[in-house]
Amino acid sequence: MYSGADVMHRLKGVLMRNRVVLVLGTAAVMAAAMPRAPLAAGAATINIVATTEDLASLAREVGGDKVTVDAIAKGYQDPHFVEAKPSFILKFSRADLLLVVGRELELGWLPSLINNSRNGKIQVGASGYLDASANVKILEIPTGQITRAMGDVHPSGNPHYWLDPANGRIMAADIRDRLTQLDRANQAYYAQRYDDFDKRLAAAERRWDALMAPHHAAKIVTYHRSWPNFADRFRLDVIGYVEPKPGVPPSPSHTLDLIEEMKHLDVKVIIIEPYFDSKTPNQIAGQTGAEVLTLAPSVGGQPGTDDYIKLFDYNVKLVADTLTRAGK
Amino acid sequence: MRASCFRVIQRNLACLGVGVLALVPGVALAQGAAGPPAGAPPEGQTVEVSTVRAELDRLKQEFELLRLDYGLRLAELERRLAALGGGPLVVPAPPAPSAATPATVPEPPADEPVPTPPAPQAAQARNSAFNPDTSVVANFLGAAGHNPLSDAPSFQLTEAELSFRSVVDPYARADVYLAASPEGIEIEEGFLTFTSLPGNWLVKMGKMRAQFGKVNTLHTHAMPTADRPLVTENLVGGEEGISDSGVSVSRLLPNSLLFLEATGEVFAGSSTVFETDRRSRLNYVGRLRGYRDLTEGSNIDVGGSVAWGPTGGGEDLNRRLIGVDATFRYRPLRRAIYQRFQARTELIWSRQDLPAAPPARAFGFYALAEYQFARRWYIGSRVDRSQRALDAASRDSGGSLFLSFWPSEFSQLRGQYRLTRYAEGRRAHEILFQLSFGIGAHGAHVF
Repeated sequence: MYSGADVMHRLKGVLMRNRVVLVLGTAAVMAAAMPRAPLAAGAATINIVATTEDLASLAREVGGDKVTVDAIAKGYQDPHFVEAKPSFILKFSRADLLLVVGRELELGWLPSLINNSRNGKIQVGASGYLDASANVKILEIPTGQITRAMGDVHPSGNPHYWLDPANGRIMAADIRDRLTQLDRANQAYYAQRYDDFDKRLAAAERRWDALMAPHHAAKIVTYHRSWPNFADRFRLDVIGYVEPKPGVPPSPSHTLDLIEEMKHLDVKVIIIEPYFDSKTPNQIAGQTGAEVLTLAPSVGGQPGTDDYIKLFDYNVKLVADTLTRAGK
Repeated sequence: MRASCFRVIQRNLACLGVGVLALVPGVALAQGAAGPPAGAPPEGQTVEVSTVRAELDRLKQEFELLRLDYGLRLAELERRLAALGGGPLVVPAPPAPSAATPATVPEPPADEPVPTPPAPQAAQARNSAFNPDTSVVANFLGAAGHNPLSDAPSFQLTEAELSFRSVVDPYARADVYLAASPEGIEIEEGFLTFTSLPGNWLVKMGKMRAQFGKVNTLHTHAMPTADRPLVTENLVGGEEGISDSGVSVSRLLPNSLLFLEATGEVFAGSSTVFETDRRSRLNYVGRLRGYRDLTEGSNIDVGGSVAWGPTGGGEDLNRRLIGVDATFRYRPLRRAIYQRFQARTELIWSRQDLPAAPPARAFGFYALAEYQFARRWYIGSRVDRSQRALDAASRDSGGSLFLSFWPSEFSQLRGQYRLTRYAEGRRAHEILFQLSFGIGAHGAHVF
């Protein structure tokens, strides 16, 4: 017969010796007891996670009710500096398709979300990973040697390419093709949704072109290098930036130089994003008589910019109206 | 098997050599003509030269035959192409991607630049496409003021950390961090992460920092202060912490309320905190982490950790650490690059077996708050209190104030005033100065 204390002592000994088994056993029980991850819950629809609201809007245009779409960065948030929150890891873990802007825009936060997603479908190179920059027109690809003395330069070109509707069309087509690849049964549906979007976008482009036609080659200043594709598409001439170098905050000497340049060239428009401090742009505007326009850099960046076409409706109208007032 | 492979390769190399010779008889002959022997060659060599020449002549004839043959075939092919109506031989242009040619596109402006072709460096870039992301982060520390219990010099480059990160294959990625310091070079971390396992599992293998609380997981340059809290120094192994070779398994526990992650780790037991004397006595770490967004700009992050394992010195002595941590973060999205607030605390309980004595128990904590008040400026403070692992009667306490300036994402300067009240009754007032900078590939931001 063993005494109670003896039994406890022996039990303790067994437990001490078998901790590996214990840990693995607990893990196995945990795995078995937990309800299955809700990956299969919405099997009828494709679960899309997009890093920005623009990609999300294009995915909704093409995917319609066959997809559910979540965006990570808000339209009024600087997409370079998004935090890799664990709540985003949850979204990533459930995704069937991940849409990214690419060109190093999401470099500081996307890799850790993908790594921790525990989702093989959306790893770089997998069929559920789509870099929307693959076929679009990219500007400002550096040709010579680049160093960080030039500020936040992107070695593979300017990542703000979605601000040209022609690129938006290409991105939508890429999304259509990938959705078709993942869901052959709905090929005709995606094709029809894309064609419809393509027609509406083309009609909208004629509207925007008509609004911008009188302002050909109008000179503007922007805060950051976010607008080269927008300026290229609507024939605006960006003559300078509030930032001395990309990602470097305004300096007094650069601001003075910019004021002189704007006075010399009679520039009347300064474009900024909602996530930048408007203090310096307002000072410059005060000295030069220019107007500061807070545009929507992405879908949802300003009230009323709920989708990709409304984004340009808002921005183009604001720029055209301001240039008209300024007589440019 | 290997030998036969070599033989095949050797045979093929011989064929290749003959082929090259056959293709460049002109060159070979020209070289022969350009380098006549200076004096009369010895008898044997003359014979060899004439044999080689005969061989060359034969190869030349074969080459001529081949050339004629191919010429005829090429002419025949061209004739057939012409018969098909193809006109002159032109390489067809690759078809434009269908995605880029929509049904209704407005006329592109005439001066629209064509997408830039890859730069001339492209070939070189292709060669290095598989190189891992490489970076170096250096940490330079200065200290002023009197501290009888610290041996930190006035200036020291405490660490240069080399990191290599890359995807290994479709199933895993690797992260290797080598830390070079005045003590030498060591593997700070080096592990493989299996990223594509089913069922929300994530497995890491290699040497890594254990998932015990928050401070233990951070590299020195990622800390919000120039030093580590007193509780880390006294109870969790200081700078090195629990960093060991082993396996880490973690799983998301999906639910509708919050982000929940459970982690279990097994280590060899060779860190500064745990020390084993045989293979069967290992160090185990477990952690449960919960996270929830309160608003789009604020969130709360709480965790509980436990670590237990051998303390070394034989006699089956063990040590157990229990930690609780909580973090509150606030970062308004519209002003995310200008404003941020973070408050964090970690409480740690230690129990260590002693030979022929009751176990030593100790407790310590820190509380830290940090506020970003401009795009490049942070200010913060920390309160410290901790008993010593083997002597609960000795309690150290202190506090710090710090100011950080980030010229860019890749460098930071920090000044810290630190007051420490040691259990022995001594006080140390110190000014710490830290400069850290990173070059190379852009790493992930710490969250």
